[in-house]
Amino acid sequence: MTFGAAAPASAAMECIAPANPGGGWDFTCRQIGKIMYELGLVDEPVQVTNMAGGGGGLAFAHVVNERNDDPNLIVAASQATATRLAQNAYGGLKADQVRFVGAIGADPGVIVVAADSPYKSLKDLVEAVKSDPSSVSFAGGSAAGGFDHLKVLMILKKAGFDDIRKVKYIGVDGGADAITQVIGGHATAMTGDMSEIVGFLKSGEVRALAVLTEERVPGFEDIPTAKEQGYDVVAVNWRGLYVPKGISDERFNEIAEMLRKVAESEQWKEAMKANGLAPFTKVGGDFQEWVNQVIKDTEELSREIGVIQ
Amino acid sequence: MDILTNLALGFSVALTPFTLMLAVIGCFLGTIIGALPGLGPSNGVAILIPITFTMGLDATSALVLMTAVYYGAMYGGRISSILLNIPGDEPALMTTLDGYPMAKQGRAGDALVISGVASFVGAFLATIGLMLLAPLLAGITYRFGPPEYFALYMLAFCTLGGIASNNQAKAAISACIGLGIAMIGLDNTTGMPRFTFGNMHLMDGVDFLVAIVGLFAISEVFVFIESHGQSTSIGVRLKKVTVPVRDILASGWTMLRGSLVGFIAGVLPGAGASLGSFLAYMSEKAIAGDKAGFGTGNPKGVAAPEAGNNAAAGGALVPMLTLGVPGSGTTAVLLALLMTLNITPGPTLFAEKPDVVWGLIASLLIANFVLLAMNVPMVKLFVRILQVPPHVLLPGVTMVSFVGIYSLSGSYFDLLMMVGFGLLGWALRKLDVPTVPIILGILLGNNMEDSLRRAMVLSDGDWTYLFSSPISIGLWIAAVVGFVAPIFLRPFLRRPQAITD
Repeated sequence: MTFGAAAPASAAMECIAPANPGGGWDFTCRQIGKIMYELGLVDEPVQVTNMAGGGGGLAFAHVVNERNDDPNLIVAASQATATRLAQNAYGGLKADQVRFVGAIGADPGVIVVAADSPYKSLKDLVEAVKSDPSSVSFAGGSAAGGFDHLKVLMILKKAGFDDIRKVKYIGVDGGADAITQVIGGHATAMTGDMSEIVGFLKSGEVRALAVLTEERVPGFEDIPTAKEQGYDVVAVNWRGLYVPKGISDERFNEIAEMLRKVAESEQWKEAMKANGLAPFTKVGGDFQEWVNQVIKDTEELSREIGVIQ
Repeated sequence: MDILTNLALGFSVALTPFTLMLAVIGCFLGTIIGALPGLGPSNGVAILIPITFTMGLDATSALVLMTAVYYGAMYGGRISSILLNIPGDEPALMTTLDGYPMAKQGRAGDALVISGVASFVGAFLATIGLMLLAPLLAGITYRFGPPEYFALYMLAFCTLGGIASNNQAKAAISACIGLGIAMIGLDNTTGMPRFTFGNMHLMDGVDFLVAIVGLFAISEVFVFIESHGQSTSIGVRLKKVTVPVRDILASGWTMLRGSLVGFIAGVLPGAGASLGSFLAYMSEKAIAGDKAGFGTGNPKGVAAPEAGNNAAAGGALVPMLTLGVPGSGTTAVLLALLMTLNITPGPTLFAEKPDVVWGLIASLLIANFVLLAMNVPMVKLFVRILQVPPHVLLPGVTMVSFVGIYSLSGSYFDLLMMVGFGLLGWALRKLDVPTVPIILGILLGNNMEDSLRRAMVLSDGDWTYLFSSPISIGLWIAAVVGFVAPIFLRPFLRRPQAITD
């Protein structure tokens, strides 16, 4: 340990995962923490704290109110953080009360059906909803109004279906759970992330109708994008970090640089491959703007579907 | 045979002196974590994950250590249930019902040995089941949709009243309090918060561990303070510790049945170890009948839930490995560990990473034998706890409770809530209302409501959907038989029980 100005940087870093162990935020903290240590960017292993509550709101409030100038704190964030900020689910706290450092990977959104489903393309499914909304049900890993639910609604809106409250959606405990409901025939289609379906695709139990990215995902070239099927919807669940608002610009840039090094490392590339994440690196200054835009778009959509007033 | 070659592969990976040492350390730590109230298997495993990185363990070694902790914690939960009447974790709840009365009769050693053997039987059979049937069993998960889960929870609920044999109305009130508490939090079907009073701490609902520790451990402290240490239930007589061979043999079938029930509950992701031990206990109670004295210190009442919850712990690994669906909080943490090690569980895991899967199975078997070898002789050590005077023991328990609960979410709010539950537990004790159904209400209520609401969304509110599959019809029949039959049959079979309180 050195003392003086450089001291904070060499103290142990802490990464808050705003959820119980086992989810995406926990994964982000543990992977990034592990790789930072392996690359020698930090002297001591990054300590992961699980702070579940309020869908990440508890951790957000904790950072804003109690740790606003802690230079050794990073917090896992994702599209879910942005969705909840957009829906004002963090008790009035706003995105600009912290600083978003960057995203270093993204989980592309997917729509899948069981292998024996009569629906062969996204168009089949969308047309079925349009002709009889009660004949199709969607299962996803987020609660109603959450990101998985929004993916379906965005597609249907592009298809000109406006009666979105008629769309049947059940929120279950995670994407893998949603997929078992679809394979078991309890729900028609699953809306979720690519990482959640990789194993089931390989075993041939499900068919992916569409991936919600600009271009087809490397390694999964046979899954068409929603865009090329005529529904211009892009929805990726990015994985990244935010830090307290009150830290110095210098420290912010240091952390951003560390994150960039993690993104470029072989270990991270391997971890992304194993977990079905697509490359998606946006680190540093312009990321905050990008997040703000995402939040604005989500807010508009949420208002349209009536999740918020 | 395929399985034997696979198992040989597994043991070749897992059976090195280093991994064996890890298994022993893991079992020991797990037992302690399980025994401490407030520290359950899932936060225990989560706390220890960083150690595997610091130690630079490879995938197999990390898995051996963590599964040893997992199984160890499942074993350890029973210790404080029996000795202190405080469940070490939620699946150990049912063990308090007969375990603590046994301890009070001076048979603490017997209860610990019997439950240790039952834990072994349950975990061993579940590991065998995992080994032989895992890919096959994954199919069961597909068969369970919202209506089937709802029927399963109804079955559990219909037998709840029988938990307190003296006054079923009080058990029902207690269960309703639990159900009410379960309503708190984000409503999954609409995405809106309920009964949170705008408080973000309540958005995710009330954690069972907070309720358990409050109702059992903290309320004990209040009773102790109130009576100036005169009438605490902690501190029981102690006899010489022997191996109760006769009781173990007599509960052989109980252990087998408990293992089966627990294993099936474990395999179903929406059910889990708590439901497994509950159903194992209630089915044994039903088989044995009222005369067997369940709830007053029957060894079978200790054997059944322990076999059930340890079998469920093994069963929960089936959907975790074959589908990537965690069946319990702890398997969710293990899933996270696997993913950090770049192993993604799913339908192709068994084919693609046989060394990991069979290494894991081998390490489960090793951990189980280590635990049996460690636990039975250690009973002598554990029962010493009873010789610690309550005025020393209770502050220690309180301290561990506070630290354990704080480690859950790092928020003081949970601590306040825990003390609140302590007051509730104290008041209910005065009124002689059993507290076990409250926990079960919280535990089952959430899942039951979610299943019902999902079923109603899927069917456009058509009630007949709830009875639309053979599985759900079968479960409904069992539920009706379990609930209604005793009411009508009792007058013919024997005199109604007197309400004694």
